[in-house]
Amino acid sequence: MPPPVSQMLAALMAVAAIAFPALGEAAAAPGDAATDLGAPPEVPTQSSPLTDPLDSPRWEDMRREFFGAAPVRFDARITVTAPVNAEDPLNVPVSVDASALPDVREVVVFADFNPIVKVLSFEPAGAAPRLGFRLKLQQSSPVRAAARTGDGVWHVGGSWVRTSGGGCTLPSVGSASPLWQQHLNEVSARLWPGGGYGDRLRLRIVHPMDTGLAAGIPAFHIEELAVSDRSGKPLMRIRAHEPVAENPVLTLDLNKGAADTGPLRITGRDNNGNRIDARVLP
Amino acid sequence: MSPPRSLVAAATVAIALCGALPASSRAQGAPAGSSPTVASPAPPAAFDYRLVPQQIAAGVYVLVGHLEDFSPQNGGNIVNTGFIVGTSGVIVIDTGPSKRYGEQLRAAIARVTPLPVVLTINTHHHPDHFLGNQAFPSETLAALPEVIAGIAAEGNAFNDNMYRLNGDWMRDTEVVVPRLTLTPGRLSIAGRDLEVLALGGHTAADLVLIDHASATVFASDLVFHERAPTTPHADLARWRTSLDTLGALQAKRWVPGHGKVSADTTPITETRAYLGWLSETIKRSAESGADMAEALTRPLPAEIRPWALAESEYRRSVIHLFPAAERTALAPASGTRP
Repeated sequence: MPPPVSQMLAALMAVAAIAFPALGEAAAAPGDAATDLGAPPEVPTQSSPLTDPLDSPRWEDMRREFFGAAPVRFDARITVTAPVNAEDPLNVPVSVDASALPDVREVVVFADFNPIVKVLSFEPAGAAPRLGFRLKLQQSSPVRAAARTGDGVWHVGGSWVRTSGGGCTLPSVGSASPLWQQHLNEVSARLWPGGGYGDRLRLRIVHPMDTGLAAGIPAFHIEELAVSDRSGKPLMRIRAHEPVAENPVLTLDLNKGAADTGPLRITGRDNNGNRIDARVLP
Repeated sequence: MSPPRSLVAAATVAIALCGALPASSRAQGAPAGSSPTVASPAPPAAFDYRLVPQQIAAGVYVLVGHLEDFSPQNGGNIVNTGFIVGTSGVIVIDTGPSKRYGEQLRAAIARVTPLPVVLTINTHHHPDHFLGNQAFPSETLAALPEVIAGIAAEGNAFNDNMYRLNGDWMRDTEVVVPRLTLTPGRLSIAGRDLEVLALGGHTAADLVLIDHASATVFASDLVFHERAPTTPHADLARWRTSLDTLGALQAKRWVPGHGKVSADTTPITETRAYLGWLSETIKRSAESGADMAEALTRPLPAEIRPWALAESEYRRSVIHLFPAAERTALAPASGTRP
């Protein structure tokens, strides 16, 4: 039987502390793990201002990476709807909703245990702070959304998704066939005006969204996307990262009447500089 | 449930009269005239699927699995398998989810009859239907061509996943691809008048086996009974057409792929109605502009809710089927070629 994880961790910390004193100090800050191999490492309650409702050992890393010194709180007013079990790790449907929060400026979505943690972020300038999309998951992980409100506070919600894994290191379907090249960045879309949520826009863009983690296939993914109205006023800006699923499908709730003055414009580019430019008629 | 004693006795006597095998090979079998489930040696306590063949007609046996999803508790025994005892051999319909299951199925058959297995059919390429193949003579393994191709292409990935889902029940399980190709039509084997139907819709190819003497239809996973159908490789329109074909057969009993045996076409009608509802619901969700995550949370109709795994299978089906419905709902936007 292998030794308990806590002991192995403590031993690793000890090695790290000797080889990289600075790293050891930062990583083992709260405890005496380096000297006391028998005791499990203490939970750093002092350095953690809030308790992660998803109980993920990665939360502190996530907090540092995404929010630094900014104020953060877990908040039930931002929800992440996703299946408990990812039937398809290449296409995990996720819907983020921060519309119960006032004055949302930006929303960031990330998955603690993905090899590429950041999934996407969006700025809902003329839209509800909501977004539906699909992502690739490499292993079971919390999927979180954090909304920054006008006062500079980050509000975090999320849910666990279990998966058999492999979503990020598998080659895209597109990478195995040259067919997509003729259709790269083609947009299909439809607008559902009115309804309870403003003007709903759904769109699909043909793109392999290669993560760079499948052998011999470099990262190739959409980076920027914007939806604007006829006058060029931005309604939604999205920054996409590698974990967004192949041929991204997005669901947006634009402010009511956004499309009344004429066609909406969808623009963007991928990391190779290929442009996206399409018009959607109401 | 054990079969009525008189039927078992009749079947066993019939086999004994045919004198198909030398006495030595009967050592493991039950003596003629006694209940075969009583005289058998006790199987090992650990990883025991407790397979008890249920006789549903003369020489026709079914092993009904749990109405559950794969788990380390059930070891993957969520599937129905069956066998038909002829005058000179046994025809096996599906081999179960693991090597252990295959071995225990083989032992269960040996408790019923000493006759050799002469044909082992995999009805389709889903792992609970072929991962017991190792326990059967490789020269008897047979399937439709698309099923053989499916097992060869996806078998190992399925097997890996089954280890994750079922744990140590799967030990030593390996994929064995059938070599014999079955074609649709009448098939006389081991003294049984059988018929192969090559249908599809649950997967690319779903084999249905009819035993004409007993008017029994082994309907494979085209039919589910009080258990929500699974759709990872489904073509719902084709599946419903296949169910129409099945419903028109003159048969006395139907063995679904999952769920209990039926004496009428109720499970066919119910499966067909569910697929119709599923297809319509997914199409309507996509046409109404719903996001996939929103479609997942839709409540189920009252008549489906009591079925085993109704909620979880519906959610899985949305993930399988929604993307295609969505592509139909979204139109190409203008100016898409920069």
